[in-house]
Amino acid sequence: MITLSHVSKWYQTFQVLKDCSTEIAKGEVVVVCGPSGSGKSTLIKCVNGLEPFQQGTITVAETSVGDRRTNLPKLRARIGMVFQHFELFPHLSVMRNLVLAQIKVLGRSNEESEQRGMRLLNRVGLREHASKFPGQLSGGQQQRVAIARALAMDPIAMLFDEPTSALDPEMINEVLDVMVALAKDGMTMMVVTHEMGFARKVAHRVVFMDEGRIIEDAPTADFFDKPRSDRAQTFLSKILQH
Amino acid sequence: MFSNFDFDVIIRSLPYLFYDGMTFTLTLTALATIGGIIFGTLLALMRLSGLAPLSLPAAGYVNLMRSVPLVLMIFWFYFLVPFIGQWITGASRPIQVGAFMSSLVTFTLFEAAYFSEIMRAGIQSVARGQVGAAQALGMTYVQTMSYIVLPQAFRNMMPVLLTQTIILFQDTSLVYVLSITDFLGAASKIAQRDGRLVEMYLFAAVVYFIISFAASLLVRRLQSRIAIIR
Repeated sequence: MITLSHVSKWYQTFQVLKDCSTEIAKGEVVVVCGPSGSGKSTLIKCVNGLEPFQQGTITVAETSVGDRRTNLPKLRARIGMVFQHFELFPHLSVMRNLVLAQIKVLGRSNEESEQRGMRLLNRVGLREHASKFPGQLSGGQQQRVAIARALAMDPIAMLFDEPTSALDPEMINEVLDVMVALAKDGMTMMVVTHEMGFARKVAHRVVFMDEGRIIEDAPTADFFDKPRSDRAQTFLSKILQH
Repeated sequence: MFSNFDFDVIIRSLPYLFYDGMTFTLTLTALATIGGIIFGTLLALMRLSGLAPLSLPAAGYVNLMRSVPLVLMIFWFYFLVPFIGQWITGASRPIQVGAFMSSLVTFTLFEAAYFSEIMRAGIQSVARGQVGAAQALGMTYVQTMSYIVLPQAFRNMMPVLLTQTIILFQDTSLVYVLSITDFLGAASKIAQRDGRLVEMYLFAAVVYFIISFAASLLVRRLQSRIAIIR
């Protein structure tokens, strides 16, 4: 479904991504982790072309992301993305957030879009908040709306860029629950996160990054039980301590 | 002290002052504001495009307009617009567009420079992530701008835009150099004809004050009404 091969990216002279290759099959859940500044957010943003890259290729459902001839908006409409800071549109109601792209990008009718929006709000447990504005919701609620907004486009895969990092601790679980349910439904997911509990529970594979390089790419159980690299061992021992 | 003054002249000339004069002033203000905001937004988008062929001309235009006195521009366009019209249409003689058209073009172009700086700040005030979120949903550049960025930029900048409009409203009085009958022009004509300078100019000042002050109060009330809930 998603293939990255030998992807490198530079900010001027600073190389943020170094020869990154990995693959995500349909229905697979891959967690990308690593210390901050390791390039994991940059990598996931390359997948839907929000960040350009200079070397290598990324293909999503047979479409090359880096190709100049690729209609990026069209490709992005099929890949859902959830951001660290939610990025709901603050000037629009929750329902308008959910229907805007359905109407303008997919050309769906108002009615159909609202029905789908309502169904998804129901799914993330926020049915009664449809007419509120994002600023009136808690962080956890906003992130659930953001997930619903991405799902409303019927994506073939979902990208999560540190979806719980900006949340208060007591709100993390409500968001993770939605993501776990999504994974159980068979959604193809690439998730940048520090939530190792989530990784253990639903990820098929874990990709570990450091200094722009993919250091480990292993099945979840292997990664947690016997990480091969010293770097991953130290990382795990630090974040699993508590 | 007012015994020598004749304030009846104001009452007698009210229809002329408002029906002829104020109508012109308000029409010019409204049209130049709309045109200026549209053209100004376009200039702001050009400047922020990151493409030199677009951003450099826009920056040059804005800086030029902001360095020239408005009165000079009014004169300049009054004499120049007929020739531009001739040049565009290929007519054999300069096209007379009339004082109203000429002043409308001038004010629109001049104010666009100021509105563009306001809109540029407004666009930059919208979080970067908003653009990413819109793009991630498959929106094109035009869709991202029209549904996500510009609506937020307008809301953030509304008080400043309206304040600039109030300044524009006052600046329209400069069309007196083209002998146009705007509100101040009308007052001025009556003042000269009847020799009632003090009364008429006093009255004109009061009217400008009332309208501008009321408008700025309105801006303040509007501000809280349209603010984005955060």
